[in-house]
Amino acid sequence: RDCQQADIKYLSGWKRWKRASSKSLKKVLSEVKELSSYLELWRHDIHSIEGKFGTGIQSYFSFLRFVVLLNFTIFILMFSFVTVPSIISKYGIFNSSFAKIPPKNIEPHCTVYKPSGDKGLVYFYAYLKDLLSGTGFLEETNLFYGYYTIDVAWLSILRYNLPLAYLLATFAYLALSFLWIIKRSVEGFKQNLVHDEFQSYCNKVFAGWDFCITDPNAARLKHRSLQYELQADLEEERLKQKIADRTMKEKLRIYSLRIFINTIVIAVLSGCFYSIYRATVFSQENSNVSIRPDIRTDSIEAVQYLPSMVITLANFIAPQIFSFLIRFEDYLPAFEIRLTLMRCVFVRLANIGVLLFSLWSRISYCATDKCQACGYNYELYPCWESEVGQEMYKLMIFDFIIILAVVLFVDFPRKLLVSHCSCKLVQWCGLQEFGISDNVLEIVYGQTICWIGTFFSPLLPAIATIKYFIIFYIKKISLMHTRKPAARPVRASSSNIFFLVVLLIGLVLAFIPLGISIAHIPSSKACGPFRSFNTSWAVVPNTILGFPTGLQQVLYSIASEAFAVPFLMVICLVMFYFIALARAHKRVAEQLREQLVMVRFDPLFCTPKVS
Amino acid sequence: AYKRFSELLPKEERDNACSARVAKSQILTLPELRANPFQHRICRVFSTSDNGDDSMCFEDFLDMLSVFSYSATSDVKSHYAFRIFDFDDDGTLDRKDLEKVVNCLTGPSEEFRLSNAEMEQLIQNILEESDIDKDGTINLSEFQHVVSRSPDFTRYGGLQR
Repeated sequence: RDCQQADIKYLSGWKRWKRASSKSLKKVLSEVKELSSYLELWRHDIHSIEGKFGTGIQSYFSFLRFVVLLNFTIFILMFSFVTVPSIISKYGIFNSSFAKIPPKNIEPHCTVYKPSGDKGLVYFYAYLKDLLSGTGFLEETNLFYGYYTIDVAWLSILRYNLPLAYLLATFAYLALSFLWIIKRSVEGFKQNLVHDEFQSYCNKVFAGWDFCITDPNAARLKHRSLQYELQADLEEERLKQKIADRTMKEKLRIYSLRIFINTIVIAVLSGCFYSIYRATVFSQENSNVSIRPDIRTDSIEAVQYLPSMVITLANFIAPQIFSFLIRFEDYLPAFEIRLTLMRCVFVRLANIGVLLFSLWSRISYCATDKCQACGYNYELYPCWESEVGQEMYKLMIFDFIIILAVVLFVDFPRKLLVSHCSCKLVQWCGLQEFGISDNVLEIVYGQTICWIGTFFSPLLPAIATIKYFIIFYIKKISLMHTRKPAARPVRASSSNIFFLVVLLIGLVLAFIPLGISIAHIPSSKACGPFRSFNTSWAVVPNTILGFPTGLQQVLYSIASEAFAVPFLMVICLVMFYFIALARAHKRVAEQLREQLVMVRFDPLFCTPKVS
Repeated sequence: AYKRFSELLPKEERDNACSARVAKSQILTLPELRANPFQHRICRVFSTSDNGDDSMCFEDFLDMLSVFSYSATSDVKSHYAFRIFDFDDDGTLDRKDLEKVVNCLTGPSEEFRLSNAEMEQLIQNILEESDIDKDGTINLSEFQHVVSRSPDFTRYGGLQR
């Protein structure tokens, strides 16, 4: 204190003012930051979960919050560019109107589409059935692609190219999700790099307590998180030591066991895919009876839901098998989570892929000449995009119902059973731990469905937002009341990035079906904004042809090989530069670290300081 | 700061707050110290009372605040941190001191303490990382050395005024 006061005396007036103003600026900035953190959704809930259950589970809930925000943004995007103009023009607000230009050069039979909205006497159960499966009255609403049968819209006097807007909004939401996920994973990556392994225990023990904590609750949370961190670190070190101590015989045993288990995993996966394929084909064959709207019986409902049910069953059983098997493979806990996650991701996403593949093979299957004139199976699927949208809608609703049902009918009764019944079998089963990887997978699965489905059903992101919003509270309640804390505490920092990587895999896999639908499969001529085009993608070349010649030339040259190849080469060079830079930095960091360790033994530094 | 100090005194003594001493129980009601697991050690270290009752006069109070402020140098902070962590006041951090520090960090209740084996492992690791002369204890210079390379120490060692 005396030194500082002496310092201040020697500072000139200007420097003093500078120091005072920088202090107050710092204070203002920290206050603004604190205020803005109050606006963060669910800040308090996630904080309390972190305190009670550790950072691993907290990372799951932050991930869930991110997904809610992402879905909401996508919804706003699609809503404002696609739904709002169509509503405005259909209801004639602001003197708007729209035009349905009948497609030229198309056989008339391709353009017949009568969605079977229930007219007349409607039973309540039929209403409910339609709500659950997206058919009937829902099919004609804004929810599905078929509603947007507008070729050109005039909002007051502006001409609004709805087909182009629809396509561009699709690309925009995909690009937005991609960039946002990458940005978030880069932030997490930076944190991961900075998290030093050097001197980690001393850092945690001597500098672990935040002296600014004044609230006893916050103090309790901090105690808990410190305890978790220390235990997680110690556990990991113990396991690493055990792995390093393995003898050759043990290693051989473990590796052969791993190979065997991987073959079982592959067998399980093939079984799942085949059953989904059969179920989809069966369901589509049997529900074709219902294209005549006057024949609708109850059994059709179960058949319609058959693919969703088989997928959910596969998604439920496969992870259980995987997490049972991985215990024999004896990995570090962090790696275990990742490997199980990768396997289950593969199951879930490939399941969606198989469903879509079987749908498409039926849509594109053309035996007759009449069918080939349309390019798709016009008899069964006059408006095939709506059909695909309906399948995605069903998957999403079913997923939501299953999550609710599992919490209500499995978790809570189990908790009641364990706390009231003291027979040995029940106590041995005990409460379930919160499986982070399972839950993350549910989110990634639901989100991939949302991404694929939004093109076919523009209001799907809104449903997804509401679904995940409710799921947050359900999972939180289930966690607080029915789960026991993890026996092996797990660290969160690298899990965060991993969840985002898995989400990114889901997004990239969502590109494939969307790409095929937009560019390859002819769009339906009976409904939707792309009636007058061959494929949905054809809107873009069409629009470009309408640009002035100069601009057209520029765009063509960008797409030509003369531009693309040098561009690619430049990008590769830049990438190699950054990789080399990163390697050099890493080498420097290693050298500095070694020097730090050596500094300890330098006699100059070992002389005791005069205190 | 003077105002905060005089608020801690009972009403009668507020007039000569300059020379009065505040009892330990009153000091512990300060919000910054209330939730701090090292509160007792902090009082002990900063108190200059002769009869060991850990009461603080105004100068002790100022000392404490200045060490914890953002503008204190890391030398000063690490010096006082060492004294706070040194539970038996023998000038070095030996195993028992480290055990007490870790127990303070994990919380007051018994069920959240580390097990004996975990504690052993942890203390072993800490000594490996910081004990230069391998004598099984951490002296002041070793402590300051370790803390100077820790990025979190300066961040967490400050009280917001």
